[in-house]
Amino acid sequence: MSLSDDLYRETILDHYHNPRNNGTIDDATAKIEGVNPLCGDELTLYLNVSEDGKIQDVKLQAHGCSINMASGSMMSEAVMGQSVERAKEIIETFKEMMLNKEQDVPLEDDLEDLEALRGVKKYPVRIKCALLPWNTLLDGLAEACAAKK
Amino acid sequence: MAQTSKDIDSKTGEIRADFAILDRVIHGKKLVYLDNAATSQKPKAVVDALVDYYNNYNANVHRGIHTMSEEATAAYEGVRETIKGFINAVDTCEVIYTRGTTEGINLVAQTWGRINILPGDEIVLSPMEHHSNLVPWQVLAAERDARLVFLKLDDQGRIDMEHASATINAKTKLLAISHMSNVLGTINPVKELAQMAHAHGAVVIADGAQSVPHMACDVQDLGVDFFVFSFHKMLGPTGVGVLWGKKQLLEAMPPYQYGGDMIASVQREKSRYNQLPWKFEAGTPNVADVIAAGKAIEYLQTLGMDWVRDHEVELTAYAMQKLGTLKGIEIYGPRDAKERGGVISFNIKGLHPHDLGQILNESGIAIRAGHHCCQPLMKDLGVMGTARASFYIYNTKAEVDVLAAALCEADKVLGNVALR
Repeated sequence: MSLSDDLYRETILDHYHNPRNNGTIDDATAKIEGVNPLCGDELTLYLNVSEDGKIQDVKLQAHGCSINMASGSMMSEAVMGQSVERAKEIIETFKEMMLNKEQDVPLEDDLEDLEALRGVKKYPVRIKCALLPWNTLLDGLAEACAAKK
Repeated sequence: MAQTSKDIDSKTGEIRADFAILDRVIHGKKLVYLDNAATSQKPKAVVDALVDYYNNYNANVHRGIHTMSEEATAAYEGVRETIKGFINAVDTCEVIYTRGTTEGINLVAQTWGRINILPGDEIVLSPMEHHSNLVPWQVLAAERDARLVFLKLDDQGRIDMEHASATINAKTKLLAISHMSNVLGTINPVKELAQMAHAHGAVVIADGAQSVPHMACDVQDLGVDFFVFSFHKMLGPTGVGVLWGKKQLLEAMPPYQYGGDMIASVQREKSRYNQLPWKFEAGTPNVADVIAAGKAIEYLQTLGMDWVRDHEVELTAYAMQKLGTLKGIEIYGPRDAKERGGVISFNIKGLHPHDLGQILNESGIAIRAGHHCCQPLMKDLGVMGTARASFYIYNTKAEVDVLAAALCEADKVLGNVALR
């Protein structure tokens, strides 16, 4: 399999060209900006978290490469409607999949769409592109939880 | 003198034989190295000089009274003479070795700047400065309560000289300007700008990181007060560069760092500092890399800087014409190859530069993608980043053809429609 097939398989390109949950939330519980200082990629993440700790809505406005955009788009689908606790688990699993050098970390069935990003792991300089939305979401969840208290 | 492309191709063939790295194969394809504005490759003579020093006369300089120390000192100091000739300095004492362009600028900001920049003074910069020629002045301006003022660019990324003549005025204390843009390729009219600045009593520092490797640079003709550049972009090793300054300015400046080699004598409570240029060279210097840098200059001198410039103008004109035919491409900077260096920044509609860079790498092509340490300029251009191909003495038109073909391929892989 060539590098480009690996990296730019259809799922990634689909999310890149048609990013899901693209937009803003007017009265967001949390609004967080994520920046990749090395390449200048930027995204703004909006979150609505309910009183009982559920992610009711998540929106992204991103300017980045295909990996970055697709990763954010897939992430928004993965955490939409989930509890904050479950979202944190998903983030943990995804980061582990990208960063674990020892072994291939399996994904649970309901996260299988994220499988498309596994190939990025082989290209260390692009891992940070894939991780930017997820790290931004972690910050966003912390802010949303702090805002509730 | 005008050269035919046949002359250029045969000479380039000879040059390529001196660069073993150009035979590398990346992803099954022959390397096409087009990231020379980031760092150049090194010829055999430069690599050999490093090995020769470490194998045959490695010793500390300036203090030893043994044979090897004398040899090392002679070689190390001899390079100052080579540099003096290369940039037409008046005296070798004006040639300060640094770690590179960035350190040279920081040195001037923290020594000359702290003494001479006063509250209310203005520091004039271009909008195309590398972060290295912007951030040190931001910090100094904040510290001294001075103000940064920016020149304006026209739609081809050239400095608006009418605006410049109004902007550079009695309040201007310093003009900090890149000689050649690492993004736009623009060769700035440093000589004219320096005359404007001097008419108002200001001091001028020019960033020669992109110009010195690619064209003849004469500090006296440019009329600047400080000039900085790095050797790794001009066939030499990383970690070594030059600050050239006018002697009377350098003499009035305090040292930058304190310690060995910059000392004349030390008592328990106070010390006397060494004379120029060693006043600015604290600690055991980068002896091996300086010696190898001397070989890099000699290599360029053998080719002749006029040949280097002619070669790159021809290659750049060819590349701009060739890439310009691709649909959806935008090339930044001056349209005339004679007004620019061999740096071509571009974007293809719908393709992120990172994705482009990755796909090109698959064809063995090394380009740069991103903001090129020029984030304010990226904002002015209205882009997140650009892809950048940059040429040097060993690049050929055939390599430009490989680049153009790979760009079409990238468009297909990424499912883009811009080129169709």
